Order: sequence, then structure tokens, then C-alpha cells
Amino acid sequence: MTMTAHAPTAKPDAKVVLSIRNLESYYGPIMAIRGASLDVREGQIVTVLGANGAGKTTLLKTISGVMDPEKGQIFYEGQNIAGANPDRIVRLGMVHVPEGREVFPLLTVEENLRMGAFTRSDTAEIAADEKMVFSYFPILKERRAQAAGTLSGGQQQMLAIGRGLMARPKVMLLDEPSLGLSPLLVKEIFQIVRRLNKERGVTIMLVEQNAKVALEVADYGYVMELGRIVMADEADRLLQSKDVQEFYLGIQTEDAQRGQKRWKQKKTWR
Amino acid sequence: MGVLQLIVSGLANGCVYGLIAMGFVLIYKATEAVNFAQGDFMMLGAFICLGLTNPQFMDLPFWVSVPIAIAIMGAFGYALDLVVLRRMFGQSQIAIVILTIALGFVLRFFAGVMWGHEPISLASPIAGRDVRFGGVVLGLDEVMVIAVTIVLTLLLWLYFNRTKLGVAMQASSQNQLAAYYMGIPVKRVHSLIWALSGMVAAVAGILFASKGSIDPSIGLLGIKAFAAAVIGGFGSLPGALLGGIIVGLIEPFSGRYMPSGYSQIMPYLLLFLILIFRPHGILAQVHAKKV
Repeated sequence: MTMTAHAPTAKPDAKVVLSIRNLESYYGPIMAIRGASLDVREGQIVTVLGANGAGKTTLLKTISGVMDPEKGQIFYEGQNIAGANPDRIVRLGMVHVPEGREVFPLLTVEENLRMGAFTRSDTAEIAADEKMVFSYFPILKERRAQAAGTLSGGQQQMLAIGRGLMARPKVMLLDEPSLGLSPLLVKEIFQIVRRLNKERGVTIMLVEQNAKVALEVADYGYVMELGRIVMADEADRLLQSKDVQEFYLGIQTEDAQRGQKRWKQKKTWR
Repeated sequence: MGVLQLIVSGLANGCVYGLIAMGFVLIYKATEAVNFAQGDFMMLGAFICLGLTNPQFMDLPFWVSVPIAIAIMGAFGYALDLVVLRRMFGQSQIAIVILTIALGFVLRFFAGVMWGHEPISLASPIAGRDVRFGGVVLGLDEVMVIAVTIVLTLLLWLYFNRTKLGVAMQASSQNQLAAYYMGIPVKRVHSLIWALSGMVAAVAGILFASKGSIDPSIGLLGIKAFAAAVIGGFGSLPGALLGGIIVGLIEPFSGRYMPSGYSQIMPYLLLFLILIFRPHGILAQVHAKKV
């Protein structure tokens, strides 16, 4: 475990807005999160990388309150929100943009966005935020009266992010925005994610399998394996790290050719 | 009876079926459970109104007891979800179905104890009067049933499309998990849906009671309404109303033009045909989930 504190280059002294300590969470009978601890600083994009089944999505679900943790604490702006209901967490300013789009298929684009603002009642501000979302995603404005289920995958992903923005979040938990999208669309989505972070000051916790794009936009990164955080460093350092290059970026290194390096034992199929 | 009267009385019956069918669909869409006590909800709503209005019971003015009965049924639906069904969250649908069937028996028994098993008429100001449109004589009760159903359908449509909570109800029925993520209190929404379907059932019951006498077994009308909901497309509110109207119209016409007895089985014959040729119903609202 390399949890040594390299001072992050971007906003190094920003206060920690989300802090997770020794979190344990079960997915049915399976312990999916095995004592994970991590920090997200205000204004940063923090990415959590890992393979399928590493526990990334469970981690986000536990943070957003859809799943209850077994043990551990989740501090959001200093208060422990572990086990709180999702509606309270959205009201506090943390919204979860789920993996696989998950729009409301029969509602129109505009109704979907309005549902993002369900916890708010400031009508004028909501209308202003809708304009703001349309400025980031002009295609949604064109399709505003169309049922969300008829949108393409990329447009649905944009809608899911836009709908999350409508909650006016301080922290956005973004789960696999690249899932099932073409490389061009992935690029476009990530550009917008970066703009949202820079221009709107939204802190973003990004879970991704696509390590390359994630590390390119992120300030800080964690690597998760089988429910544990196994690496933590600034994003550009992770990008240079031999381990990450080998396991997540698919770059062959000398060690890899010898087949020696694994944090866990190599999978055997027999 | 002329064809026009036949149509109107069929429509009036159909509206009652349609309202009960809407209650089925509301709960099915939101919670994916089928409330087989929906017909008994209707019966209970009718008897509560009757108990408040009729001289031998509480003798309140009709227009006072109607909103009270609707409110009581709303509270009943909400409490039922809050106290019983929320605890069954995550259980199989069959468990909930059996529970609602059992609940139907309990409600019938309860109504029998409270108000007796003999047919009673609701002392309704719209019962047994006629209205004349030109040369045609129609029952005021039947005209009122149709009018109230139209107004109620319009109100429900406005509620589900124009209010934030109504859209949230649609949202949580379409994608429950996403509704959680957006901070919609899904469990409370479920309770509110049960309340709403209790209220719709009460309206259906009061309308039905205005057309004739009632006894605790009228809840079995729910079976016919269930068929109507399937014919119209289980999962679609306009479909439920349409299915109800179709069933309501088929009965008097088959009673008149076919050998006696056939009118009783015609709705189910139609149900068979629909299930074979258009299994999702007439106004199907199906969306395949994209993976």
C-alpha cells in the first residue's frame, strides 16, 4: 500500500470535502468493500480505478446512501453520513450519476432534468440551472420534448450528467460515464466533465475502468482491487507508474513479461 | 331501451370498471405488485360513504360524507402501505398478491359485520332520477358516473403530468433506482400511490352505489375490472379506462343481441382473444430496457 502523502499539485491545500474511513460494505453475502479509506478535496477531480468487481460501484452506492455500509464512516463536510437516506444526501449537496445512464425512459428530457431538481423548491433558480445544463449540452435543448428512452446512448449519458447537475451538487459521484460509448463521445463527455469542474467548481469523484481518460482529467487517483485501496497518488504520477501502466493502461513493461508482478496472485482457471 | 340508452348504461358501468382498473394499474406501475383487494377497496369506500350518509347510520348530508369517505380510503391506503406492505419490501410479488387476496376476505367480513350482508341502497341524491336530452331519457346516475369519471381522469392526468410529485411518481415507477439517486423518497411515493388508488376506489364505489344497491360481495366486481385492465394494457392508465369502457359496453350489447347468459362470459372471451393476439393489451406501454 503506497498511501504516502504526495502533495497534489492542483488545489493541494483545499479542504477535504469527502472523507471515507475504513468502509466495509456487503453486496448480498459478498464483502465488496473491505475497509477502504480515501479523501476527496474540494474542487478536485478524484478518480477511483479498478477492474470489474473491484467494488467501485458499491463504493459509490454506499456513499450516496443507496446501500448501507456495514462498518466505517463517511464524512461529508465533517459530518458522518454513513447509512443516511439518499434524499438527505442529495439535499446536502452530493449527487450520484449512476452507471449505465439510468434515465427515466418515458419522461421527456426536460422532465428528467426537473426530476434532478426534485429536492429543490427554488423555481427561478431551477429554471436558470436548466438553461445552464442546456448550455453544456446543446443537444438536450434540441431534444427537450422527446422521451428520454428514445435518445442515443451518448445523449442519455449527457442527460444523466445534466440531471445530476440539476440537484446543484457540490460533489458529483460519477460512475463509468464512458461505459458503452464510442471513443469520440468519451472524449466529448470528459471534456465537459472537466469544464464542469473548472467552471462550476463541482468536486467530482469519478469511477472508471477506462484508466487512461480518467487519469488524464483527474487530479488525484486511487486504485481499487477486491474491495481495497491498493494505490493512491496524484493522477499524473499514477499515469507514469509502472504498475498502473501494466495493469490498467495495457502497456507492456519488462516486469510484466516475466509475469511476476501482481498484488494478488495471478488468476488460475484450473 | 333504445341503442342510445344501452350505450349510456354500458358507458356508465364501464366507467366504474375503468376506475377500479385504474386503481390496479396505479399500484402495479408503481410497485409492480397487483392489489387483488382493489375491488374490495371500492366496496369499502362505498360502504363508508353509505355508513356516513344513510339515515339508519350516521345521517350526514351526502356531499359532506363523500369527501370524508374519499379521505378515509386515502388514509387507509397510505396506512396499509406504511404498516404492512413496506415491511414486505423485497419479498416476492406472490407474497404481496396473496396478502391482498387475504385482505379482500378480511374487508368483506368486516363490511358484513358493520353493515350486514343484505343489499342496501345508498341515499344518494343522484339515484333514481332522470334527465332529458331532447327526446332521450337518461338516468341522472349514469350521466353523473360518466361526467365524474371524465373529470377524475382529467384531474389524474394533470396530477401526473403537471405536478412535481406526480411526475416523480411516474419517474419512480419507470426507474426506481434512478429515483432513489435523485433524492425522490421512493417509499413515501409508494405509500402515496396506495393512498391515491384507495381514493380512486372510493370514488368508483360511491358512483357504483349510486346506480343500485350494494352488499359486501360487490368487491368481486374487481375480477371484471382486472380483466378490463388486462384488455386495455396493464400498465397504462388510459388503457385501463378504455378496457373498462369496452367491458362495460360489451355486456349490455351481448345481453341484448346474444342468447341469455353470454353477456356474463363475453368480457372473459375478449380477454382470451386479447391475450392471444395482443398480449400487452390495446394501449400497451412497454419499453424494453436497454442494456
